[in-house]
Amino acid sequence: MAAWQNLVNFLGPDLARIVVGVVGVLALVQVNALFLVWLERKVAAHIQLRIGPKEVGPFGILQSIVDGIKLVGKELITPRHADRKLFMLAPIAVFLPVLVSFVVIPFSERLLIRDMNVGVLLIFAFSTFNVLAVLVGGWASNNKYSLLGAVRAVAQNVAYEIPLLLAVLSVVMWSNSLQMSEIVASQSKVWHVFSMPVATLIFLICATAETNRAPFDIPEAESELVAGFHTEYSGMRFALFFLAEYSNMLIVSAVATTLFFGGWKSPPFLGFLPVPGLIWFFAKTYALIFVTIWVRWTFPRLRFDQLMNFCWKIMIPAALLHLVVYAGIIKIVR
Amino acid sequence: MANEFLEPITEQTFYLNMGPQHPSTHGVLRLFLKLDGEYIVEADPVIGYGHRGHEKMAESHLYEQFLPNSSRMDYLAGLIFNHGYVAAIEKMAGIEVPPRAEYIRVICAELNRISSHLLWFGTYVMDLGGFTPFLYSFDDRENILDILDRVSGSRLTYSYCRFGGVARDVDDEFITATHQFVERLRSRWDDYHNLVTKNVIFIHRAKDVGVINRELALRFGCTGPILRAAGVPYDVRKAEPYSVYSELDFEIPTGTKGDALDRYLVRVQEMEQSLHIIEQALERLPDGAIKAAVPHKVRPPRGDYYFAVESARGAVGFYIVSDGTSYPYRLKARVPSYGNLQVLTEVLPGTLVADTISILGSIDIVVPEVDR
Repeated sequence: MAAWQNLVNFLGPDLARIVVGVVGVLALVQVNALFLVWLERKVAAHIQLRIGPKEVGPFGILQSIVDGIKLVGKELITPRHADRKLFMLAPIAVFLPVLVSFVVIPFSERLLIRDMNVGVLLIFAFSTFNVLAVLVGGWASNNKYSLLGAVRAVAQNVAYEIPLLLAVLSVVMWSNSLQMSEIVASQSKVWHVFSMPVATLIFLICATAETNRAPFDIPEAESELVAGFHTEYSGMRFALFFLAEYSNMLIVSAVATTLFFGGWKSPPFLGFLPVPGLIWFFAKTYALIFVTIWVRWTFPRLRFDQLMNFCWKIMIPAALLHLVVYAGIIKIVR
Repeated sequence: MANEFLEPITEQTFYLNMGPQHPSTHGVLRLFLKLDGEYIVEADPVIGYGHRGHEKMAESHLYEQFLPNSSRMDYLAGLIFNHGYVAAIEKMAGIEVPPRAEYIRVICAELNRISSHLLWFGTYVMDLGGFTPFLYSFDDRENILDILDRVSGSRLTYSYCRFGGVARDVDDEFITATHQFVERLRSRWDDYHNLVTKNVIFIHRAKDVGVINRELALRFGCTGPILRAAGVPYDVRKAEPYSVYSELDFEIPTGTKGDALDRYLVRVQEMEQSLHIIEQALERLPDGAIKAAVPHKVRPPRGDYYFAVESARGAVGFYIVSDGTSYPYRLKARVPSYGNLQVLTEVLPGTLVADTISILGSIDIVVPEVDR
């Protein structure tokens, strides 16, 4: 009887919720990528004393749509002696985990697809998948620049995952839960960015490195490796890598918002404003994205060994120390 | 180079052909790299992709006809090459240049030097991954191009000098525009220093990278900012003063270690010195003719002559053998980038791929100048 009931429940509201959620996430990912490409070009242009796209649509807002159409129309070229199956698989593998990560992110108090009790774990488990896709893509391309890019990407992402997770662990300890909604609830009085600024900084730096954004964009350093791991990709396959990059930016910013910046909650002193949580959530997320864009167009790129030294000699010890100190504080406070 | 692919490839070695089509080889340089992981074991610069045979071309051209060729060797410092060639012929034929023309030449040559250094500044930082300074420096460089465009009629390959003077006189608008540019660039240093010179990532990428010390620089015949960054205060403008440089007050910035950061700082200081020179020259600009009376066809007396000037990249010398006709018997251009590039074979081994880009950028080569 109970099993029967569970099945009905699953096929009914739960399945409907997941289907609607996935469709919504797909739409969000596409629109976000189109918007972010435009935003990045516009912000970069204004930083660089230029105007940026302005021809297609008001303020050039339709430029990325036109670019997308162009990419769809391009020929898919597979290099000779490439591993055809893996070459085809990589862009798909880089894009799929992006969708899964959105399942547990609470966009507002009610708007979340599934409130899993291992939400944080799920996100980081799937975001790690990204590295595999990059490695596969770089290897299968049969191009030396792609291979070097893939090697760099693996070394970098694996290294930066450690301080990232250590920083998140402090948050998990503080809020005593892996559930995203619980973590937001634990910030109702003080956001974690104020209670643990160091962890926030570590998280943001590592997140930039995880998403291969400048100044940590060494896997695709265009002045060294032409285009890094996606040198040989063209058309829609290239577009998928591109889409994944911008979606990953959204994910890490959304996770940072949830973990450190109070999620969908309004800032304490602005609580009286009748602004829904969804708006606050996206405002914070895009503010963080804006900062990463700003950083990208300001700093030169680090060298590979400097990047690794920075991670192993500074970030990991700092994150470990932070974890120990906060473990002590939590023990004393509670 | 013929057997480069015949060597047995082990699991550790990895050959990488960087260029001739690569975003950071600045034109058509090919670097043949033997890698161990990301470390460079051997580096071999392969040149010749931009060879146009300028030197051979000179032998079948009148002295006057070769004039435009000279500014096409190094397209970033065309006016200085132009100046060097014209001055060499003037030395051969014993032509006196009116002082106004000499001053105009110096002003334009220094503007050209700044424009070359500004372009280098932008592309070097872009090689290191910083895109924004590139557009800032190009914005400033645009001013110089406009100024030189007004007097010479072109923006890159000027051919502005003539035997015995310059092609066109400068007007008041040129002088005001140049003054304004000097002011403008001075006001921009703060931005540049905040964005690049004081940037911790930039310093890490440039400091102790690609050390070309005094001994190495002298052995390879490096000149220009590379030699000066190694601590040798050699500048043709001071060592063998030509034109009116002996009347002008300027300093030769030098470095100490000869790493990429030193080369960067030397070039930035050189731009400041050039601004100083331009100001003085504008102040002293005499009135008078801009061109001496020169016969229609120059026929220098028999003999061989050498004349050197300081381009943005180092000493440029024109060695010309005359057989008394109106065609040179032989013309040899001594270009700075050639020596500066060869030093890569010694400097690159042991560095990372990312450093290769940094070193190549800091050397500031112009490949068509190497190939000629």
